[in-house]
Amino acid sequence: MSEYEILRLVWWALLGILLIGFAVMDGFDLGTAALLPFVARTDKERRIVLNTVGPVWEGNQVWFILGGGAIFAAWPMLYAASFSGFYLAMILVLATLILRPAGFKFRSKLENTRWRGFWDWALFAGGVVPALVFGVAFGNLFEGVPFGFDNMMRMHTSITLLSLLNPFALLCGLVSLSMIVFHGASWLNYKASGIVKQRANAAMLYAAVAFIALFTLAGVFLGQVDGFNIVGTIAHDGPSNPLLKTVTRVPHGWFANMTAHPALLLTLIAAYAGCVLAVLLRRFPGYAMLCSALVPAGTIATAGAALFPFLMPSSSEPDASLTVWDASSSSLTLAIMLGVTVLILPVVVAYTVWVYRVLRGPVKESDIDSGHAY
Amino acid sequence: MDIVELSRLQFAVTALYHFLFVPLTLGLSILLGIMETVYVMTGKPIWKQLVQFWGVLFGINFAMGVATGITMEFQFGTNWAYYSHYVGDVFGAPLAIEGLMAFFLEATFVGMFFFAWDKLSRIQHLIATWLLALGTNLSALWILIANGWMQYPIGAKFNADTMRMEVTDFMAVLFNPVAQAKFVHTVSAGYVCGSVFVLTISAMYLLQGRYKEFAKRSMTVAASFGLASALSVVVLGDESGYTAGQNQKMKIAAIEAMWQTEPAPASFTLVGLPDLAAHKTNYEITVPWVLGLIATRSSDQVVPGIDQLVDQAKGHIANGVLAYRTLQQVRAHPKDAVLRTQLEAHVGDLGYGLLLKRFRPDIENATADDIAKAAASTIPDVPVLFWSFRIMVAIGFWFIALFAVAFWFSAKRELDRHRAFLWAALLTFPLPWVAIELGWIVAEYGRQPWAVVGVLPTALGVSSTDASNVLFSLLGFVVFYSALLVADVYLLQKFIRLGPLETIDAPEDAT
Ligand code: HDD
Ligand code: HEM
Ligand code: HEM
Repeated sequence: MSEYEILRLVWWALLGILLIGFAVMDGFDLGTAALLPFVARTDKERRIVLNTVGPVWEGNQVWFILGGGAIFAAWPMLYAASFSGFYLAMILVLATLILRPAGFKFRSKLENTRWRGFWDWALFAGGVVPALVFGVAFGNLFEGVPFGFDNMMRMHTSITLLSLLNPFALLCGLVSLSMIVFHGASWLNYKASGIVKQRANAAMLYAAVAFIALFTLAGVFLGQVDGFNIVGTIAHDGPSNPLLKTVTRVPHGWFANMTAHPALLLTLIAAYAGCVLAVLLRRFPGYAMLCSALVPAGTIATAGAALFPFLMPSSSEPDASLTVWDASSSSLTLAIMLGVTVLILPVVVAYTVWVYRVLRGPVKESDIDSGHAY
Repeated sequence: MDIVELSRLQFAVTALYHFLFVPLTLGLSILLGIMETVYVMTGKPIWKQLVQFWGVLFGINFAMGVATGITMEFQFGTNWAYYSHYVGDVFGAPLAIEGLMAFFLEATFVGMFFFAWDKLSRIQHLIATWLLALGTNLSALWILIANGWMQYPIGAKFNADTMRMEVTDFMAVLFNPVAQAKFVHTVSAGYVCGSVFVLTISAMYLLQGRYKEFAKRSMTVAASFGLASALSVVVLGDESGYTAGQNQKMKIAAIEAMWQTEPAPASFTLVGLPDLAAHKTNYEITVPWVLGLIATRSSDQVVPGIDQLVDQAKGHIANGVLAYRTLQQVRAHPKDAVLRTQLEAHVGDLGYGLLLKRFRPDIENATADDIAKAAASTIPDVPVLFWSFRIMVAIGFWFIALFAVAFWFSAKRELDRHRAFLWAALLTFPLPWVAIELGWIVAEYGRQPWAVVGVLPTALGVSSTDASNVLFSLLGFVVFYSALLVADVYLLQKFIRLGPLETIDAPEDAT
């Protein structure tokens, strides 16, 4: 293997790690917000919910921002094609994410019930909408999206918001939502107290059933979606130019990787096992939390393993599909960014762990009254 | 409006809006660090009260900074897809490093700052506060490295196989002199903004005769930090002018409304009325020599005028047409080494060739007339730059005067005795924002028609999405942002009016 090929593989893995980091870390506060109206009825209860994530959600959200930045740096064509292709969907996500910082910070600063009620709904939307839309976007990757490139490598596309809302993609959206809600419920079970904790405990069960059913259904339906396949060979260290290969569509093609390498099925098993174990371990919330993190991790890994080496397949001009081998940055940029990540990411993880240790222990009513709370 | 204008407008609106909050975060985070350091060193509870009160206002502002920053991060992908493809190899890296090195730091420790007063020792909390300040400043560094590269794209080269710019020398991108000058100037501007904010609100309390001890201490910190920052903004603004003069001659000429080249050293136009049609500036009042000294740091180098620069651009564009033509051939015959050497010779001017796209899609057939039009399009909007720059500079000198007086009175311990001074401080409140937004207009609007100077025209950088999508998102942002601004300002004024004692649970022994 050449250096460029290894770098591309490493950056494909890192892309997965960053997405998983986002879904695990930001996932539980998105899920918490999505559960807000259901597990907390009074203002006190709602403040307990908000303060379980109060000190950490901002740091978690950086996983999302970093995901964007890293795709830009390592997979610029993917960054350009996906965000401009999914334009309105992305704007919708941004709009709801913009509401979150204001929601957390502004909500409890005024006593007014209507003010607080408004921000509660804004936070709810900020949890549900991104979870749904990201799932829908992933679903569309399997279906393929209509785009191609002209002689200056300028993309042309006929994606519309409606074309994104096909049944399979919507199903994927629900998978994503149920997994995020499950993870959020697990977090509240770990971090909240009193009645909120009890309700979260119950919510875990419902969300687990929903997730397992939807995830299985999505797997079944994926068999109906034609996969993509590179015809012949493609240089793994060639220039990043997606127009140099031929791609065809194959029935059941998305199962090809799993069939060829059954070990990849571990990703699938991790998602199911994490879900079941977390439910069984509900009385040991810390362990349940670790298990429920496996749910988003396993789900994303399953999707990635099935798609490989495709990043964003094109349904209208399959040859123009973006793959790991022809949509990356130059090898110099990949190498530099790898060095930077290896140096800094461990530091980030270290101080994040320190912060969670400082903040350990459930959030109680008395904490809300201390003055240092949302 | 077409997609280019809509995308530019959307970027301008969202960036200018993001930058209402950024400078205050930059300035206040350092001021909080200083105040908390005094608290930890002296142990006096009033200093903790200072930190907590300004911290509340900081937090409200910070939330808005984060909310509007998210839009910025993804806007390159949504609205500037071709730009992202064309320069992502270079430009994406600093953005990603910013997330890794700066955003994690600031976003993690901002949580500690607010929530961990009871969970950390004093020293630990102080460290958390300084790490927060460090994070915000590192974030400015990396984003300005990215932005500096757009102004002065070094360390990268065009690759015909991938049809984009790729990094050749990362160190050059990192230590780009323009980025360095921008960083110090912009960050100092943020410090000035934070200092004015604290100075003004304290002045209000003193005028009302409330919270005197609290206000005087705040003012003392703001006065000394503000004076240092105001001096640094002006001195380093001059550095910005110098680096811009070295590589963006058109921008300097436009700022000066200097149509024709003058014999060195050029004079500086204090005020005047630029006349676009006639290419001259009426009613000029000039100061001999000054521009030459600022822009070239010498008395014998020539500062070229706009007309001369347009002539030079014609040469570059003609070259760019050659480059474009050869590029098409290289793409048809990728293995032909001769063609590649030919391309090498002209590819530096490819960007100039691309300027023609606005006038005709088939660049290779451009006529002398098209080239003249494209060359004329390299002139930015002269009156806007001319006036924005002058207002920014005037405000800069006013800050120095104001902080010098504040510093003097605080040294003599008579901050509360001079009502005229307090009123002057109060009225200065909006000026940092005015200067800062105008500064960005000079830098960014003055860069037009380029997204990346000499490399990629702005008009080409847009996405291939429907203009109606961009219009929709633009309207959406305007509505959203306006509503958020109302909530933000309402909360800020509410807590400012309440003042420190009602806002935070003050320690009993505070004075
Ligand atoms: C000179 C400084 C500066 C400049 C030019 C910009 N920003 Fe900014 N940004 C900051 C300085 C900053 C900051 C001081 O770090 C902020 C502002 C307030 C805050 O909370 O953090 C921030 C917040 C912020 C966030 C949220 C970070 C978080 O969650 O903590 C993002 C994603 C961006 N910005 C992205 C951008 C992009 C893509 C820009 C370019 C177009 C940009 N910013 C211009
Ligand atoms: C937050 C501070 C900033 C402000 C206030 C600002 C302001 C502006 C303005 C007014 C425009 C519109 C110019 C025009 O189209 O006529 C613009 C365009 C643009 N700026 Fe900035 N800018 C800021 C920071 C940045 C940074 C840090 C970057 C890069 C990292 C950047 C990249 C761009 C791009 C890509 C465009 C669109 C293309 C263009 O119109 O040139 N800006 N900005
Ligand atoms: C004598 C005073 C000043 C001078 C000579 C000066 C000079 C400059 C110049 C030449 C630029 C454009 C740089 C470029 O095009 O890349 C600029 C930009 C800018 N200025 Fe100033 N400035 C002064 C005062 C101020 C003040 C008082 C503030 C705000 C408090 C300010 C804030 C900014 C900002 C935010 C930018 C945009 C970022 C950048 O390009 O660095 N400036 N200034």
